[in-house]
Amino acid sequence: MYDGTLAETIRIAGHGGDTINAYFARPLGPGPVPGVVVIHHGPGWDEGSKEITRRFAVHGYAAICPHLYHRWGPDASPDDAAAAARAAGGVPDEQFLGDAAGSIAYLRSLTYANSKVGTIGYCSGGRQSFLAACSLPVDAAVDCYGACVVNPPPPGIPFHLEPCGHLADRLSCPLLGLFGEEDKMPAPAETAQLAAILEGHHKTYEFHTYPGAGHSFFATDRPSYRPEAANDGWNRVFDWFGRYLSS
Amino acid sequence: MCTYVTESVPVSGSAKGPEGWFSLSRATVYFDHPFHAPLEHSLNIDFADPTDPTAATASIDSIASTRRVAVELSAASARALAGAILAALDAGEASVGGTASRS
Repeated sequence: MYDGTLAETIRIAGHGGDTINAYFARPLGPGPVPGVVVIHHGPGWDEGSKEITRRFAVHGYAAICPHLYHRWGPDASPDDAAAAARAAGGVPDEQFLGDAAGSIAYLRSLTYANSKVGTIGYCSGGRQSFLAACSLPVDAAVDCYGACVVNPPPPGIPFHLEPCGHLADRLSCPLLGLFGEEDKMPAPAETAQLAAILEGHHKTYEFHTYPGAGHSFFATDRPSYRPEAANDGWNRVFDWFGRYLSS
Repeated sequence: MCTYVTESVPVSGSAKGPEGWFSLSRATVYFDHPFHAPLEHSLNIDFADPTDPTAATASIDSIASTRRVAVELSAASARALAGAILAALDAGEASVGGTASRS
């Protein structure tokens, strides 16, 4: 069976009409294919995030990873852009949502799209995936260890970071949550709180908390990588998107 | 976990990056995920060029590459470095017969 993908940097219209970079990968072939917005983690638009984007393409999705720190360094290395964004207090939610909306619009505009789009995010991107699912029209969402959804960040933290769990009633799609039992942000108590909130609003969701895993257990290039949790997590992600994003 | 712990401190001096020397007015110190060091968390220090437009939100057309010197240290080595800095300052200031400029 033929197996081919195309992966490249593209430019899309983001928040406020700004042109931003995005990494885009898709399977070669006629489609129709579903779309996935990959929301990178705090360290930025890095190799690991692009690898995840390509993985979705290999599995039959048109995937896009917008450079959320583009405005702080479109031509800078991802770590320099991340440092500049951090020094500026991070990405405001409104700006993220504009960039996410642009990414979704791009995916739905593709002639070979099936018009279904999901979001997945890691670390700070996990919270943003939840935020997108509560604010934009998406068909499925995955939150990988996103903190500050229910709990506020520690006091004195100079970040644009407000809890967004109160938006749960607006969740527009099924939500999959993948967490580590040893994580402290979000700790199991926080994700249990979020589950209770979703339950209260009769939302479709599934949360899995892996023993022996902490934060960033999907990150293959970090000591936090936990292959058992990551492999099971990937299976659940593809099952989730297969269930809700198929034509 | 992402700690989001971040300290920003005014500094006076210079740093040298890939594009040469630049003046400093601020350092950002944080304890969070590193980009490169093989650690779950590290003590990171960014010395960024304050005149670089990437230091603040700017229109996309006017943004240049970030000029920055960055380090990512294990917690133990960061504490050792902090101790070494203070020890060198104490000895150096004593040898020049007073307190060096703190501006």
